Amino acid sequence: MDLSTCDVLVVGGGGAGLRGAIAVAETHPRLRVGVISKVYPMRSHTVSAEGGAAAVIKAEDSLDEHAYDTISGGDWLSDQDAVEAFVREAPEEMLRLEHWGCPWNREPDGRIAVRPFGGMKIERTWFAADKTGFHLLHTLFQTTLKYDAIQRYDEFFVTKLLVDDGRCQGVVAIELASGQIQAITAKAVILCTGGCGKVFPFTTNANIKNGDGMALAYRAGAPLKDMEFVQYHPTGLPFTGILITEAARAEGGWLLNKDGYRYLQDYDLGKPTPKPVLRSMELGPRDRLSQCFVKEQDKGRTLQGPYGHYVHLDIRHLGEKVIDTKLPFVRELCLKYVGIDPVKELIPVRPVVHYMMGGVHTDINGATPLRGLYAAGEAACVSINGSNRLGSNSLTEILVFGARAGQSAAAFAAEQPGPSPSLGAQAHDEHRRLEETFLRKNGGKERIATLRAEMHQIMEESAGIYRTETVLKDGAGKLKRLQERFQDLSLDDNSYTFNTELTAALELSYMLDVAQTIIQSALERRESRGSHQRTDHPQRDDERFLAHSLASRAEDGSLRIEYGPVTITRWPPGKRVYGR
Amino acid sequence: MGRQVSAEPHYTLYHPRWYRRPVSVWWWLQNRAYTGFVLRELTSVFVAFFALVYLWQLRALVHGPDAYGQFLARMRSPLFLTLNTVAFLFVLVHSITWFNLTPKAMVLRLSGKRVPDWVILGLHYAAWLVLSAAVVFVLLRR
Amino acid sequence: MPSTVALAVARYRPERESEPTLQTYEIPFRKDWVVLDALNHVKDELDGSLSFRWSCRMGVCGSCGMKVNGTPKLTCATFLSDYLPGPIRVEPLDYFPVVRDLVVDLTDFVRKLQQVKPWIIRKEEKPLSEGEYLQTPDQLDAYKQFSMCINCLLCYSACPIYGLEPGFIGPAAIALAQRYNMDSRDQGAAERLKIVSEHDGIWQCTFVGECTKVCPKHVDPAGAIQQYKLTGATEWVKSLLLPWGAR
Repeated sequence: MDLSTCDVLVVGGGGAGLRGAIAVAETHPRLRVGVISKVYPMRSHTVSAEGGAAAVIKAEDSLDEHAYDTISGGDWLSDQDAVEAFVREAPEEMLRLEHWGCPWNREPDGRIAVRPFGGMKIERTWFAADKTGFHLLHTLFQTTLKYDAIQRYDEFFVTKLLVDDGRCQGVVAIELASGQIQAITAKAVILCTGGCGKVFPFTTNANIKNGDGMALAYRAGAPLKDMEFVQYHPTGLPFTGILITEAARAEGGWLLNKDGYRYLQDYDLGKPTPKPVLRSMELGPRDRLSQCFVKEQDKGRTLQGPYGHYVHLDIRHLGEKVIDTKLPFVRELCLKYVGIDPVKELIPVRPVVHYMMGGVHTDINGATPLRGLYAAGEAACVSINGSNRLGSNSLTEILVFGARAGQSAAAFAAEQPGPSPSLGAQAHDEHRRLEETFLRKNGGKERIATLRAEMHQIMEESAGIYRTETVLKDGAGKLKRLQERFQDLSLDDNSYTFNTELTAALELSYMLDVAQTIIQSALERRESRGSHQRTDHPQRDDERFLAHSLASRAEDGSLRIEYGPVTITRWPPGKRVYGR
Repeated sequence: MGRQVSAEPHYTLYHPRWYRRPVSVWWWLQNRAYTGFVLRELTSVFVAFFALVYLWQLRALVHGPDAYGQFLARMRSPLFLTLNTVAFLFVLVHSITWFNLTPKAMVLRLSGKRVPDWVILGLHYAAWLVLSAAVVFVLLRR
Repeated sequence: MPSTVALAVARYRPERESEPTLQTYEIPFRKDWVVLDALNHVKDELDGSLSFRWSCRMGVCGSCGMKVNGTPKLTCATFLSDYLPGPIRVEPLDYFPVVRDLVVDLTDFVRKLQQVKPWIIRKEEKPLSEGEYLQTPDQLDAYKQFSMCINCLLCYSACPIYGLEPGFIGPAAIALAQRYNMDSRDQGAAERLKIVSEHDGIWQCTFVGECTKVCPKHVDPAGAIQQYKLTGATEWVKSLLLPWGAR
């Protein structure tokens, strides 16, 4: 088999990518599907997800309840037809994973157990201890090994999408082990590259989350949707940013300020009760909880540490048995990285960047406006999460939309002719660009680490939990200058073999593009909704902004923001109410 | 390298540029665990030695009291006293290390819960004690 | 507490060298830094040409396995303070070909993983409409430990047999095969036994036990292999005594 061509090419080997590849192999067994990833698939960031995956399973639950929770959680920016499809297909997808061997936690009678989670009215979060993403990813990866049709390109770094004749027809990628630059042509490409948390300095995200797919799509002419919506997870460890799962709060954990007071009760999130109440207090939505932290900080009621302000997460009252059965990984992480035992001590936590609601604009089948280009998972924005994602919706989202994108990409690919002859020339040009810009360049005085640190500072200041016009404008200007300075980069490493400095430079260039779309989208959305809060426009403005922002690259290379409609079916916009 | 476009990538087992560190013949001296492992494996030599001595003893028994007397005289010689003591110590080490490894291989589940390692270990030592006591009892009765 | 510590890092640039060398860097010492933080400091501030793999930095992705002072470790979970006063030696994992600096080639493991069929094998699939396969918490417990493997390959680097006999399937792959064997939903134990009973499978293992010692997730691959040997031996005896018996 000629390794440099396939029918469907999946970029990214995480949950969405692997599920998509299996979907192609099962629905269209004669197609060859390639999975290309800059790391081995089991290293993908899906592996770090902890809490769980939501799907309606209990008798007293209903699809409409799940849909309403998701839509209200997203502050009515979610496309309701997509949400309806999502909640409908979720239980089947999760069962499919169970049949593939995923070790879901069980009730004593052997049936799937579910736990409560933030923002959800009824328990519907399936979980595998507190390492759900790990088990999901490994189950998916090991299942893909069954299919001969799936060809993997492990440790290939994609640098450009090949577009010809108004159609996406493959990628150019560097084979990291040898440095060889290859064109891999395909009749359909699915971007499953995840989010871009590393654009910010404090994040739960791994090093590999640089918005690769988002930038590739943006450069190829596909718009990025709702980029201003960045989710801050309320409980990350200071310094490392390591995630302490929402499940800790779902099991009954409390957030305490420096006086040991459960401060969330001051912010219209309900009254404190000894046992957790769904959609109330610590089980409120993530955007509200992170915003409460900032307000507490402004009042001077947070603790100060060597790495900034923080509050305490108290799970001591859960007892050692519950912690060891339901939250063993949390205990392990605290012991290792903070040196405290959560059974007896308080965990220091603060909001950290966790998830991008925004991403490559797709329809409900994963198709982008660029023919032949699809996207799924965190890299895409369908949108089901709207302006704020509920915990445990993302792991389900990657399965549901990974499968949908896989199926629709396969159906599209089955009808396409072979690759255009001009792709070879495009690939040669890309090769030359990489050599000239990075490997063979002389001079240059900028360093990757410096530019990256400056980008982090700009994003932390301008695109934090609370934003305002002047700081955003300032940030936009500074990013533009950073982009210019990036042209003057100098690398120490000009080797071809596993050159991680080159990949770091390429990742930085992706991040700068994505950062610009975040800042610009945030600037132009002059309202507050969900996780996008403007101190100069503190109210939600449905008249002007009940719309998706679309950031695209104009012909002259400049960034242009437009707005597109939100699909409303059965749930007209209402008030988000928690704690009552 | 890095100049071809659309050429086939290939991972071969013997890529000439990848460095394969040769494994030294003294690998087992690298750390205590490895050395301990090799010594543990060497105890099997002494177990074999004991087995041979036992076969020799049986043969002597079969050939009558003179042959057996010669055998016993040999066993009393300083050479064999030393050899047998050393071998006995190694066989003890062999048994103890073997027992310590059994809970790893034998996983028993009673009413769904895994039987703890020390129970499995304890049962082995208990059986050893009982059998040894039985042998001693038989010998002392004579 | 000192203010700096020496880090001796293995370097290998195939275009320039025929074998690895050690290069020493003086890095700031911080109480809460792990070896990975030190390597990143080198890459960002001192020498951008140092290549190594890392991703999650919380001990769950398995990318950052390297040898620290001769022992295989996850560098994201290995604190500098445990190695004072230094110098701290960082080298690539043993027994895998070194591609560059601290990066080794893992294709042998991925191939072996695929070989043992690490997926649910059933004679008949239950349709999704019938819901989940019932599995009690005790049944889940039976294989849960072996399912925690993050594929970091520290066990392969600790296994002298893998070094001496490169064809050996290895601890992680066999532990994952056992994970599926013990899963109450799986019916492929016989198929997998055939594969791992071959020359390079479970019988290559001589129970050195180092794999279990270095495993950061307490998977106990040595235990998995010994249990598998017991099963293998029992099945073989059964097949001798009852050649007509249903397998």
